[in-house]
Amino acid sequence: MSKWQIFKDGIFKNNPVFVLYLGLCPTLATSTTIRDGFGMGLAATFVLLGSNVIVSAIRGVIPRRVRIPCFIVVIATFVTIVELFLAAYQPDLYKSLGLFVPLIVVNCIILYRAESFASKNTVFSSFLDALGMGCGFTLALLLLAFIRESLGKGTLLGYQLIPGFDPVVIMILPPGAFLTIGLLMGFFNRGKSKAETPKPKCH
Amino acid sequence: MSFGTIFAILVSVIFVNNFVFARFLGLCPYLGVSKDTSSAIGMGMAVIFVMTMASIVTWPLYRFFLAPFGLERVLRTTSFILVIASLVQFIEMLLQKVNPGLYKALGIYLPIITTNCAILGVAVLNIDTFFKDGKPIAGSYLGSIVQGFGAGLGFTLAMVLMSSVRERMEMANIPKPLQGVPIAFVTAGLMSMGFLGFSGLIK
Repeated sequence: MSKWQIFKDGIFKNNPVFVLYLGLCPTLATSTTIRDGFGMGLAATFVLLGSNVIVSAIRGVIPRRVRIPCFIVVIATFVTIVELFLAAYQPDLYKSLGLFVPLIVVNCIILYRAESFASKNTVFSSFLDALGMGCGFTLALLLLAFIRESLGKGTLLGYQLIPGFDPVVIMILPPGAFLTIGLLMGFFNRGKSKAETPKPKCH
Repeated sequence: MSFGTIFAILVSVIFVNNFVFARFLGLCPYLGVSKDTSSAIGMGMAVIFVMTMASIVTWPLYRFFLAPFGLERVLRTTSFILVIASLVQFIEMLLQKVNPGLYKALGIYLPIITTNCAILGVAVLNIDTFFKDGKPIAGSYLGSIVQGFGAGLGFTLAMVLMSSVRERMEMANIPKPLQGVPIAFVTAGLMSMGFLGFSGLIK
């Protein structure tokens, strides 16, 4: 598989949100505004990059039986870095992301990629895979946030779109998130036969 | 701690801020397991048990090992996730020895629970709710345990409600792209709307 293919797959063929059904909790929770969605996407991508690279680098020395706890420690370290960074330099974003910053450590995407890709491939491939997956995740977040913020608040990145527009408040509340993602998933699934319809992997 | 406060915590975490419908936590197992009611109840029981145990164990960890040494920001995520992962392992082994019947009933769901964002979520939530600047507020430990137990109950409620609807949906004529996960999300959105009715119940 070419290096470019590894990167591209993360965005389209193996999009973590719409194809693999991973990382759904933070996707729904942080897609209320584009700023939050983008922030979460960047934070998760950073952790994903760090953990994929480190896990790939030490894949030769981790004993198989304790590999999951090892991965978790690596991931938790990067999440702590992100937490401290955000708390110090982006306190507003840190406050709106709230509970979901430490919860990046149980973001299924990161552990799943560490287990299924980084522990079996070279550092550079793992780096590209992480970049692709991170981009795919961020794009999914941005898509959802675009829909939710423009309909639910009438703004995009804080800029009022149509003056006097009465926003559909339900879109920024939990039901709006569920409905939007369900319909988007259905939209992306059209044209796929029943056999190809993805099943949830992350448990 | 008065009965009124305990009741308020329970109502808040089961209905007003339901972990699945309001906080978007625990969605991965929610999708994978809520297809039939008996497995939903089984998973729910396991989650209640693990959440309560996690609350019982992480509170003293934070109170006596992290907060006094100023480590709460740096080590919270890492130590919590490691403690939770070990707790689940330990519970599995213990249950296998002590109550094989219960182990068989819950057994397959336990390992799944480790990466369930809801478990880490409730641990972090307990800290956010019941600690102020690293110092516990009145009734902190009991409040955390009640909140953990309640969060599990809320999760189980969401699972059971969802599974009853999904069992019926198996017979319904759903458009192909929406089958499976997408329609589950749309349904969750409608249920979430119902749960919005509880907002404002707790001051």
